Amino acid sequence: MKYVLKRITFFIVTAWVALTINFILPRMMPGNPAQAMIAKFHGRLNPQAIHALKIAFGIDVQKNLLLQYIDYIKRILTGDFGISLSFFPSPVNQILSYAIPWTLGLVGVSTVIAFSIGTLLGIRTAWRRESTSSGIIIPIFLFLNSMPYFWFALLISYLFAFKLKWFPLVGAYSLNIPKGFNLARIASILYHAILPACTIIITATGGWLLTMRNNMISVLSDDYVAFAQAKGLPDKVIEYKYAARNAILPSFTGFAMALGFVISGALLTEIVFSYPGIGYILYQSVLNLDYPLMQAIFLFIMIAVLTANFIADLFYALLDPRVRTGAE
Amino acid sequence: MIMDQIMSFFKIKKSVAGMIILLFFILVAILAPYIAPYSPTSMEFMPLEHPNSQHLLGTTATGQDIFSRVIWGTRLSLSVGIITGLITIALSIMMGITAGYFGGITDGILSMITNIFLVIPGLPLMIIIAAYITVKGVMTIIIVISITGWAWGARVLRSQAMTLKSRDFIKASVIVGEKSSHVIFSDILPNMLSLIVAEFFGSALYAVLSEAGLEFLGLGDANAVTWGTILYWAQNNQAILLGQWQWIAVPGLCIALLGTSFALLNFAVDELTNPKLRRR
Repeated sequence: MKYVLKRITFFIVTAWVALTINFILPRMMPGNPAQAMIAKFHGRLNPQAIHALKIAFGIDVQKNLLLQYIDYIKRILTGDFGISLSFFPSPVNQILSYAIPWTLGLVGVSTVIAFSIGTLLGIRTAWRRESTSSGIIIPIFLFLNSMPYFWFALLISYLFAFKLKWFPLVGAYSLNIPKGFNLARIASILYHAILPACTIIITATGGWLLTMRNNMISVLSDDYVAFAQAKGLPDKVIEYKYAARNAILPSFTGFAMALGFVISGALLTEIVFSYPGIGYILYQSVLNLDYPLMQAIFLFIMIAVLTANFIADLFYALLDPRVRTGAE
Repeated sequence: MIMDQIMSFFKIKKSVAGMIILLFFILVAILAPYIAPYSPTSMEFMPLEHPNSQHLLGTTATGQDIFSRVIWGTRLSLSVGIITGLITIALSIMMGITAGYFGGITDGILSMITNIFLVIPGLPLMIIIAAYITVKGVMTIIIVISITGWAWGARVLRSQAMTLKSRDFIKASVIVGEKSSHVIFSDILPNMLSLIVAEFFGSALYAVLSEAGLEFLGLGDANAVTWGTILYWAQNNQAILLGQWQWIAVPGLCIALLGTSFALLNFAVDELTNPKLRRR
């Protein structure tokens, strides 16, 4: 219980830090960028929207920083992110709620696949580390893991979408198919998701593989594994039930960082495939200096990563009794 | 002892491969003026030429020789990667060793900060910061990546510092009454040098990839000649739809290879210093 409380506290503190970063950044920069933005949109925005912008970005000279900060927190807690400038006059919330499912679906599924493949390969390469296949697999995955996601995305979109025309070049679904819940649409969505998902899976698997391999090798030199071997247990039992079960634990603690990498990569992948998720929208907002939308996306990504991390931590407690009881 | 370590470092195939790739790029960077056939910024050629004997990799939409740009791009891409890696590891050392050595409240606060930075996904934060900074340029990119990338190294170095602190020779130094700074710089740092080297290569890999990502998004200086900006212009001119795949493939491959060399070196140093990982 103490562990869960600790994780919840961490969740809240980190979320607060993210909120505060969001508040401080535009106010810290020389030559307030929001001023430039308002100048850019002058005449196109109604006075109300301009007022909201001024409050959001601290050009509101009537109030001191602390009052501005309180206002800002209030707005965020009530879920009011203001109005998007690049998709004017849609509220930021509306744009986010449209983009989020695409990213969650794409990143969620590909992360689970990459994690499973990487972890399994990690177990195998650690178990048979003297074999030539392991000697080849490691450098290959080091290379795959060192590729820029967006570059790999560009290459496979050139090969499979532009040259071979096996898959669509951009987008998340075909525009010719009626909207709504029907088989044709689901098929079209899956079909469009294959290339972006492959990009993420192929580039992300290496990270999981290496983590798992190193953990596994450490565990394999432990006494209880030697004892299990001496007892004459079958190799498969030792490999999966004895070693892998313990070796997988650090993969969960490393989850937060790995997820950060995957999300960063997924953002770039979405941009390459014009996949209408968070990354693509973030790119649009950066191009158009749409600061309200940028802020909201950053907060959303933070909360999503924190939540995923929180769940991974709970899993960790479930898997490792030492964490639950607080014993070292 | 250090000589022994260096000798066995060269016995690992991965480190040799990593060193060869890294040396190759360092040579290309130094010799760029002699290797590159043309100036990387000159726009005197026909635009969008496909690869031919004059232009090995074709030309850009503004008539620049892509091969020359890739060669010259090695300079900035490589140096940004290494400099950022150095700054990042310096931050990691500062935060990690201070936290691990002093413990108590100092550790509590620094570890909290480290854990928070560890969770914040790097690229979105970098994008936000870079988008707010109106001065686009190499310095901005170096600062942004270092600020967002130090946390992992700090965590690793902290736990190492904590282990070292409980060892007898460090305890002896403390009991004799050596100043903290002396203990840290003469006793702790030299004993975790290999770990620091491994983390440096890890940071450099992170830096090279982040740099490419930021420049690809147009958040760097679009006029600088780097691999990332070559890709930015290729994407902006729809190189793929024009069938100019080499415009994208070659600079990206350079990034991936440089990244791989850092990853190999990181892996090799890790394998060397962690006896459990070493081949039996």
